[in-house]
Amino acid sequence: MADHEFTHTNADIDVHAMGEMHEHPTWKQYKWVALILTVITVGEVWGYYIPAFVASAAFVPTLLLMSAVKFAIVVLFYMHLRYDHRLFKALFTGPLIIAISTIIALLLVFGKFVGR
Amino acid sequence: MATAVASHAHPPTSTGLDHRKIAIWAFIGSECMLFASLISTYLIYKGRSVVGPFPHEACNPPICATPLKPILNIPVTSVSTFVLLMSSLAMVLALAAVENKGKPGYEGILGSSKLWLLMTALLGTTFLGFQAYEFTSFVHEGLTIRTNLFGSSFFTLTGFHGAHVTAGVLWLLTLLAIDIKRGLGPKDALLVDISALYWHFVDVVWIAIFTLVYLIK
Repeated sequence: MADHEFTHTNADIDVHAMGEMHEHPTWKQYKWVALILTVITVGEVWGYYIPAFVASAAFVPTLLLMSAVKFAIVVLFYMHLRYDHRLFKALFTGPLIIAISTIIALLLVFGKFVGR
Repeated sequence: MATAVASHAHPPTSTGLDHRKIAIWAFIGSECMLFASLISTYLIYKGRSVVGPFPHEACNPPICATPLKPILNIPVTSVSTFVLLMSSLAMVLALAAVENKGKPGYEGILGSSKLWLLMTALLGTTFLGFQAYEFTSFVHEGLTIRTNLFGSSFFTLTGFHGAHVTAGVLWLLTLLAIDIKRGLGPKDALLVDISALYWHFVDVVWIAIFTLVYLIK
């Protein structure tokens, strides 16, 4: 399907002056994003059923990386954070950094990384 | 090339941004920390259950009275994960349909906000159906919220997520009712945008839960 675009009107320009003009991905990009998310999910589940991979040291880091990529793709494209105002980026990434730091700190405090 | 989209006009604000959109991002930020605490709790308790059933390991006598298989059903959960991912696709299409209503290229299925809102709500409900099936089968296999540390942390984490999905489905159905009653157009784009942000957040939380709870042994 063709990409859909439209020209800016005066109303758009007014909104632009308010700092809210932003771009969204096209239908074609949304399809690709959905396909990539599906492929990564299939890869994750496939890896889960390979005993040699599960037993290897690469299993957990690989799954975490794949999950982080999926997370980032949804936030950047579906939630439009890539195209949105920097205040919105700050409102999301700030607490997200605190949240991830909290998880890592608690796992360290409770000795979940000991012996690995 | 990306499509340019103008947000719904609103009264002047000190930031130049609509307060409702700032509020939903602040809310999502706070939700990140809520789910971080629940995920932390699950991970800390992981592997510390004294009695079965266990998530990834079989439980045999004398630890369990009868032999028990690993309780997590990865194939079913993989399908429900796919369903939730596709609901996010339907949600962005609903938003695009509302924002571009009446514009060239958005006359057919692509421009039907009712269809995409209904599709998103149906996929969300299907996800909840999978979760209800999972919870019911766990209870039948002897795992409740009171059985062991795994049961307590698992049901709390996934239950909270399920409650968020339920709230999202009700929100989508409300938007669908408004769309049926008077029609949603570009002037309502912000209302749909805010609900879409919430819905995608519920999706990204599940992305983390699926990996950390279901796949990592």
